[in-house]
Amino acid sequence: MSPLGVCRWLESTRGSIALHESIWMYPIVESAHVLTLCLFLGLTVMLDLRLLGASLSATRVSQVIRRLVPWMLAGFAIMVTSGALLFYAAPVKTYFNIFFRLKMTFLLMSGLNVAVFHFSTSRTMPLWDQDSSPPVRARLAGGLSLALWAAIAVCGRMIAYNWFDHHAAALAR
Amino acid sequence: MPILELFTWFETSWIGEAIRDSRWLFPVIESVHLLALAVIGGSVLVVNLSLLGLGLGRRSAAQLWHDTWPWFIGSLAVMLGSGFLLFTSEAVKLYYHEAFWVKMSALFLSLVFTATVQRRTALADPDRVSMLRSRAVGLVSLLLWFFVGAGGRWIGFS
Repeated sequence: MSPLGVCRWLESTRGSIALHESIWMYPIVESAHVLTLCLFLGLTVMLDLRLLGASLSATRVSQVIRRLVPWMLAGFAIMVTSGALLFYAAPVKTYFNIFFRLKMTFLLMSGLNVAVFHFSTSRTMPLWDQDSSPPVRARLAGGLSLALWAAIAVCGRMIAYNWFDHHAAALAR
Repeated sequence: MPILELFTWFETSWIGEAIRDSRWLFPVIESVHLLALAVIGGSVLVVNLSLLGLGLGRRSAAQLWHDTWPWFIGSLAVMLGSGFLLFTSEAVKLYYHEAFWVKMSALFLSLVFTATVQRRTALADPDRVSMLRSRAVGLVSLLLWFFVGAGGRWIGFS
């Protein structure tokens, strides 16, 4: 089945229709998605600022990561679950939305950035753990993360404005 | 009704009109508001988690207060600026929207609480403040800010 086929099938399921037509569920899921931004993205920003040497400079990087990452992961789990539900409520329309596609691309790039930091950059962390301004590779990871997450948040907001997808959605019908 | 008159004046001002007439101004200002939300949310959470004895821990509250203060003030300024612009584009509608008044009341209380009780508690010597008091302060602060955020989200559902 093509991705579009999967989206069409999803859209025909009872859960998708119920969510789409619900009076309370959809706004509640959407609110959870937006407000959890403070937990997940807020703490991510703080960690990125630490990597950039722009905040929390008196706290060791490893300490910030060990103490804050569990909260970030909890926030991320809520973000992904609520985000998946929002997609599930309108799969075909969202599939054609250019901002959704951009958001997923940036999300993937952000995951790569985390992987590079985790498997490579952070290996030398004992050497710069206490530095108020970590080495350039760590700062690059923080800066990239900030830029990518800003793009992800903005694209997410823009999904609601389906400016460019009228044509594509019409073609698909 | 002087408040309604003032709100009408804002809505009919050239700024309000420009934002309403533009297709992209409102979403762009909204995005700025959202990005600043992440920063203010992060700085508020880092301090409150530590007051709760979680996150970076109670002992680091004073340090965290100092470290996050410029980011808190900066993002607050962006929130207020972008929020005011969004407000001017639909001030009269907001006048009649209860969520707007809930949000503004909660915002006022949050800021007063942050500048007084929370500030004193975070900066105090942790050995001289009971953990119960610290936790209560962190919880009240989180609750107040939650109402600001939830009120803001609720404005969109109308």
